[in-house]
Amino acid sequence: MVASSHTLTVTTPSEREIVMTRTFDAPRELVFEAHSKAEHMREWWGPRGFTMPVCEMDFRPGGAYRFVQRGPDGEEYAFRGELREIVRPERIVWTFEFEGMPGNVSVDTMTLEEEDGRTTITATSVFDSVEQRDGMLESGMETGAAETYDRLAELLEKMQEASA
Amino acid sequence: MTTLQLDTTFAALSDPTRRAILARLATGEATVTELAEPFAISLPAISKHLKVLERAGLILRGRDAQRRPCRLRAAPLGDAAEWLGDYRKFWEESFDRLDAYLQVLQEEEERDGRK
Repeated sequence: MVASSHTLTVTTPSEREIVMTRTFDAPRELVFEAHSKAEHMREWWGPRGFTMPVCEMDFRPGGAYRFVQRGPDGEEYAFRGELREIVRPERIVWTFEFEGMPGNVSVDTMTLEEEDGRTTITATSVFDSVEQRDGMLESGMETGAAETYDRLAELLEKMQEASA
Repeated sequence: MTTLQLDTTFAALSDPTRRAILARLATGEATVTELAEPFAISLPAISKHLKVLERAGLILRGRDAQRRPCRLRAAPLGDAAEWLGDYRKFWEESFDRLDAYLQVLQEEEERDGRK
């Protein structure tokens, strides 16, 4: 096995899922802790150059969170969700919703594994919109077909080459 | 770009035959028979894949009733790639910041521990 790196990998194992993995040089307890309090989340959640004017986190099963991100251009983006399951320091299941697209809720499961003092996060987002399910039934779509971001990128590259 | 459109695009792309068809169409338009050639599957099976691609707006079919050549329509692919790219960028940057923040927390812990 290749030594784990700090690189983020993103795969889409089915049309409803996105899986991300990333390794950190810190014990699991600490990585978990960094996800469990508003004071921590506001220090890192969101892209570079964004601030978090609102950061609320009621970290308990059934609790809710809400983050408002402000971009460099002053534009604000609000996100919310609820905590479904908390197993310290192994697992968090929470929902995620962008308020700009209400009703499109994903269920995200984050697992933390520690090895030699390093922690690997695996975050699986399952998108479960009604439209999506209907679309799948309508097209008789087989699920589980491997489709990765890299494959999409590869396909796009091939297509660009072909049309060049 | 709605999530419904994205869903349809990703669903259409989840099959290797359909991805191969799109890659072939990037080289120019083709008839159903031409598209079926490289695959060990029947014409009706290819037609089914083409219907999924057409519904997803990824291909256009010609009006000519006999040939009905297929043409690539790349815009939804670009949108899908852009969406995934944004998603990736969001988490890449967040996790980089988390990495740096964890180092700060660990240094603080060490300092407090020595008191």
